[in-house]
Amino acid sequence: MNKLSDGKPSITNKILSSIFVAIVLIGFVLLSISLIGIKLDFTTLFQYKFRLWQGFLMTILISLGSFVISLFFGLITALGQRSKVLVVSYLCKIYVQIIRGTPLLVQIYLFYYIIGTAWGVNNRYISGILILSLFEGAYISEIIRGGFESIDRQKYEIAKSICLTSTKTFKYVTLPILLARILPSLAGQFASIIKDSSLLSVIAVIELTQTTQEISADNFRMFENYIFIGALYFLLTFTVSLISKRLEKRYNHELRA
Amino acid sequence: MNLELDNICKSFDKQVVLQNVCFHDDITSVAIIGPSGSGKSTILRIIGGLLTPNSGVIKIDGNRIAFTEISLQRYRKDIGFVFQSNGLFEHMTATENVVLPLIHTFGMAKTDALSIADKLFDRFGLAEEKNKYPNQLSGGQQQRISIARAVAVKPKLLLLDEPTSALDPEYTNEVLDMLRELQTEGLNTIIVTHEMGFAKNACEKVIFLANNTIIESGKSSDIFKAPKSKELQLFLSKVLEWTV
Repeated sequence: MNKLSDGKPSITNKILSSIFVAIVLIGFVLLSISLIGIKLDFTTLFQYKFRLWQGFLMTILISLGSFVISLFFGLITALGQRSKVLVVSYLCKIYVQIIRGTPLLVQIYLFYYIIGTAWGVNNRYISGILILSLFEGAYISEIIRGGFESIDRQKYEIAKSICLTSTKTFKYVTLPILLARILPSLAGQFASIIKDSSLLSVIAVIELTQTTQEISADNFRMFENYIFIGALYFLLTFTVSLISKRLEKRYNHELRA
Repeated sequence: MNLELDNICKSFDKQVVLQNVCFHDDITSVAIIGPSGSGKSTILRIIGGLLTPNSGVIKIDGNRIAFTEISLQRYRKDIGFVFQSNGLFEHMTATENVVLPLIHTFGMAKTDALSIADKLFDRFGLAEEKNKYPNQLSGGQQQRISIARAVAVKPKLLLLDEPTSALDPEYTNEVLDMLRELQTEGLNTIIVTHEMGFAKNACEKVIFLANNTIIESGKSSDIFKAPKSKELQLFLSKVLEWTV
């Protein structure tokens, strides 16, 4: 029998293919740049390294903060959507529908200038994190709700048959199964938060994108600036995706089941 | 153990599943047989305290079971339950599955629970499987571990809902052998099964359920030799048609 027919590509094949893809992509970008007659000079960014670093840290800080708070919003509203009290259930469902059905940019303006001003929340950073959390929370709510619904009813019957209390059932049965199932989607959502945080620049939150806009107004090197922060955003999201792959492996048993 | 069922009725969304089920007898090992959809699993879940009937009375050794959640929780501690399939938690190893009720329901120390689990695994030839996850085990091994989990807590009554109907024939026997061994030790068991050979030879009594109620019950030797009701005669002639 042909041993190569097990469907897995050889290492040489993998390396050559990666190099080919990289050459095509980089070549396409470099060609495009040369076609419009620009010479890239990244050294100009060097004098802004402190501001870029600050912006980079602020993006990480805002993303982490939003992730934690949006997890909280997501969990509360996911449970709320399943509530038997109709008022609670409707409220949570409408929240998810409206937030998911309107652009983040609109929400940022609306919440910051109308609701934020009306209720005296003037700090841009706190507002920014809250608005982003509200937005991402709606997506996380749906992820968590889907996770809950994917758990086989019989698991609860087993828990009942071995007399676990409802708290222990949640701790030892629901939570581990739920986490294993939603971790990959949550990681994806975290990557979205990192990218979406760039929109907070419109209310002058000095994160990576806003920093770059300010630098661009100073050095007029738009292309270098944006290519550079594009790479920084990718560095962040790629790290998240690597961590997510490791977590998925750890919960392998759940995925194979 | 004395089991008394008095006028048990149960319906789901107006669909009647059990209608006036009555039974009163001393039991050690009982097989519940009958056609699909006759309510076998439902009556087993009601006896196990996992479902509450719409009406009726259950007495175990003369004690009436109250259908409140608090008293059912206490009642279920004396009962082991084995499901048809996927009865283990997939995110836990075999050992973790077995010690879970010992530690978290019965408040046993972890070392004691582990030694109970080890003894059971050794005894039933599962020692090599103890650190595996359910998806690494055969269906037969999964069912034997489910039984081990159920008997680890030393229940007064073990209930099994078609424990072999999702298994290949070669695995069916290893599960039934284990069950037979537990029965001969005096563990009270009620098993819903389609394995007529097991019902006839290993179980002392048989309950035949059809048309939402118990049509016939009695000693398994009598039931299989001389079925009285038309329904049972028809049922047996169908299920035994291809028996070797």
